[in-house]
Amino acid sequence: MLLGGVIVLISFAYLGVLFAVAYIGDQRADRGRSIIARPEIYALSMAVYATSWTFYGSVGRAAASGPGFLPIYLGPTLVVALGWVVLRKMIRIAKVHRITSIADFVAARYGKSALLGGLVTLIAVVGIIPYIALQLKAVSTSFEVLLQYPQVLMAPKGQAVALWRDSALYIALLLAAFTMVFGTRHLDATERHEGMVAAIAFESIVKLLAFLAVGAFVTYTVYDGFGDLVSRAAQDPRLARMLTLDAGTHGYGSWASLIFLSGLAFLFLPRQFQVGVVENVNEDHVAKAVWLLPLYLLAINVFVLPIAIAGLLHFPAGQVDADTFVLALPMAYQQESLALLVFIGGLSAATGMVIVETIALSTMICNDLVMPVLLRWRALAIAHRADLTGVVLAIRRGAIVLLMMLGYAYYRVAGEAYALVSIGLVSFAAVAQFAPAMLGGMYWRRGTRNGALAGLTLGFMVWGYTLLLPSFAKSGWLPISFVEQGALGITLLKPLALFGLGGLDDISHALFWSLLANTGAYVAVSLLGRQGMSERTQALLFVDAFRREGPPGSSWRGSASVQETSALLARFLGPARAESALADYARQRALPSVQQIRADTELAGFSENLLAGAIGASSARVVVASVVKEEPLGMDDVLHILDEASQVIAYSHQLEEKSRELEAASAELRAANERLQELDRLKDDFISTVTHELRTPLTSIRAMAEILQSRPDLELDRRQHFVSVIVKESERLTRLINQVLDLAKLESGGADWHSGDVDLRALVEDAVASTAALFRERGVKLALELPDEVPLLRSDRDRLTQVLLNLLSNAAKFSPEGRGEVQVMLNVLPSSLRVDVKDNGIGIDPSYHEAIFEKFRQVGDTLTDKPQGTGLGLAISRQIIQRLGGRLWVESQRGRGSVFTFTLPREAPLAGGGA
Amino acid sequence: MVALRPDQSERLVALFALGCLLLTYPLLSLFNRSGTVFGIPILYAYLFGAWALLIALAAIAVSARQPPRPPDAPTQS
Repeated sequence: MLLGGVIVLISFAYLGVLFAVAYIGDQRADRGRSIIARPEIYALSMAVYATSWTFYGSVGRAAASGPGFLPIYLGPTLVVALGWVVLRKMIRIAKVHRITSIADFVAARYGKSALLGGLVTLIAVVGIIPYIALQLKAVSTSFEVLLQYPQVLMAPKGQAVALWRDSALYIALLLAAFTMVFGTRHLDATERHEGMVAAIAFESIVKLLAFLAVGAFVTYTVYDGFGDLVSRAAQDPRLARMLTLDAGTHGYGSWASLIFLSGLAFLFLPRQFQVGVVENVNEDHVAKAVWLLPLYLLAINVFVLPIAIAGLLHFPAGQVDADTFVLALPMAYQQESLALLVFIGGLSAATGMVIVETIALSTMICNDLVMPVLLRWRALAIAHRADLTGVVLAIRRGAIVLLMMLGYAYYRVAGEAYALVSIGLVSFAAVAQFAPAMLGGMYWRRGTRNGALAGLTLGFMVWGYTLLLPSFAKSGWLPISFVEQGALGITLLKPLALFGLGGLDDISHALFWSLLANTGAYVAVSLLGRQGMSERTQALLFVDAFRREGPPGSSWRGSASVQETSALLARFLGPARAESALADYARQRALPSVQQIRADTELAGFSENLLAGAIGASSARVVVASVVKEEPLGMDDVLHILDEASQVIAYSHQLEEKSRELEAASAELRAANERLQELDRLKDDFISTVTHELRTPLTSIRAMAEILQSRPDLELDRRQHFVSVIVKESERLTRLINQVLDLAKLESGGADWHSGDVDLRALVEDAVASTAALFRERGVKLALELPDEVPLLRSDRDRLTQVLLNLLSNAAKFSPEGRGEVQVMLNVLPSSLRVDVKDNGIGIDPSYHEAIFEKFRQVGDTLTDKPQGTGLGLAISRQIIQRLGGRLWVESQRGRGSVFTFTLPREAPLAGGGA
Repeated sequence: MVALRPDQSERLVALFALGCLLLTYPLLSLFNRSGTVFGIPILYAYLFGAWALLIALAAIAVSARQPPRPPDAPTQS
């Protein structure tokens, strides 16, 4: 016979040990020798996931649906593999922004929105209350069962126990007190609870050992191992169905949706966030948890099936609740101490969950629900109280008591109607609503505050309608017709088959509709809306968490004096912590003392970040705003920003321009290089041609001179002839040299130009007169066709004469001797004057029409025909005419004579004439 | 601080995908039948086997990147 007093005593002893562990943990942390700074402790603290639901409920679920208890643990196993990616990002973000709860996380991500933080808190509280009720139910049930030892009797169902005799009430009060001592023992109300984590890790070991002990006892002492139990079960048709998954009604769909649901819950349950993210000491610990935590979950599930089979084999059907098999079996076999160990194990599973969950929720209630309201409503009054740490702690303690009482109330009202697992799943589905806003917030930049608000609100409402209200209806709070006929008797609104959707179990059904509404609203509203300034900043900080190092830059545009900041920090953190924080701040900036700290935006950002750790991001924003003299974004700032932006744009334009110019320049250079090479080749040709041309007259001069020298007796007329040849060749040589020089001058642009009024008609007549002797000599007739009057040109008289003489002498030379006819025509055209020199000589083949204007090109057979000129005349003429702005060309056919024509513009372009 | 090694993340994400595949329909249905292996029902043997395999693979995947443990933190499991 176990007396109630003994059980209570042992329970208190256990809680005392727990408290000692926590106390040592805190002491070690204060002395800087943390015992939780190792990955194993981290993984064990994450095992707070396994609550009394696991401890008692898994067996109950296995007895009801065979392997159906497993998905709850397979989901976390899968998700924790992603933990290296997702969880680490959450940890990184939470560290940088000093985030202390899931509500804070969501609020901070969407522009430090107090409204959003409040909503998340509300959802979490409403969603988690049944879960806390579940723990109360488990502990109180196990206590009642254990009291009956050695008989195994179930507490009669449906009988209302008087309030003061209800063990659950005392358990609730006890747990509330215990949690207060644990979670809000510190006066500085900061985010970390090292002692608590140590205690939770300890509890994880206790519950695992207790469960393994009872499992091993049942499997190997009572029965003969797994095989024995399984073969007995296989013979009993009632038990045989436990060995396979019932693929009939919901089967694999439920299986998968439970894996999905528990995976989400593992990430987003407030207590998982607390131990997994907030209490994390080192990101690298996640690596070990990736396999150690699933191993823990596997171990705690190994004996679930054997215990369930043994319970069903041992107890007559319906007499003992399967949820209590874990405790009832050792009792039935008179294992007093084992039964006590099991009770302690169940107690540790429940207390672990309750402690962490209520601490997490009370932080949320305080930071995201109460503080923002207090600070906003009575901003002046509250912000000017000397020390607010007491207020903060009082709010948290009040929240803990409130949560426990709400849990107890739910247990009184609805707890009897449901099995443990079903209650837990309702809570899971509630926290799954955080998934879109959280995951979207971490990986999708465009997610907006309004989107998150809409998604959470809709998802929460659908969850309430499809899961919470039916649970009320089943408990008799609401008429059952609400479930059976739908709200207002509308069949389409039946909460368990919304819009006629059937074929799913309640949880999958609710999960589908709520997440559909949630994600849909989140994405749609985000895509349609716009983000505010601070939203966009926060979104970038969250999404790119791994690409940034160090704390976020200050988003303040004003500053608060150091005194005010220090006073503010002291109010919320306590004077000692505020002082040491400011000292750290000064040290980091290499300032000799706190007095040297400059009141700037950086300080404001630092205090906000620090306060966020104590009272949450949105409250911290409000509080800091109360002391910071915010400078509005003035026209100057806007102009400055615009200026910078436009400078960047201009600079990039300049760069483009430069690169285009460079390309053009290099193309020009290439062309110039080619041209230089061409010119070089031309120069070589020119020099060889010139020397050749110079040698010809020189040779004849020398030959004649040698004859004269060697034959002094030569008769006079022969001598005369030779001398005249010498004179003629010398003249030719001189002319050639002059022309070469002339051409060189023209080509280099160094020639002298004399601009003056020119009467072209007079010029032609003069030229004709000076070549008349030549024409006469060759018997060539010359005809002139000149208008009476021509307008004066602004041009170079001497050069034009040179061209005319060249053309006329060519005409004389190439006309047939004796019967040659040369015509010179001058015409006045609208914009130019035109001169034609026409002969009836042999003509020029069209293929040579351009070649004759090149240097030293003479058309005809140079071997037989005696050279009749220097070959430079036409080249020089064309240079001159082009320089004067006109054109010189030839029209001719072989055997039909030639017409050389040049035009000169009437508006002479000889700008800067004498250049 | 150990730098994020992308291949490590990829291995774990792949492991997640493998787990999703192994632990759900349709692969699950192949083992959902009566009968035992070494006295353990086939379905349970498969589920726990796959689970253990995933844990082992995860341990291998992350241990490749584990920095050397400091001597005051002995490995225990």
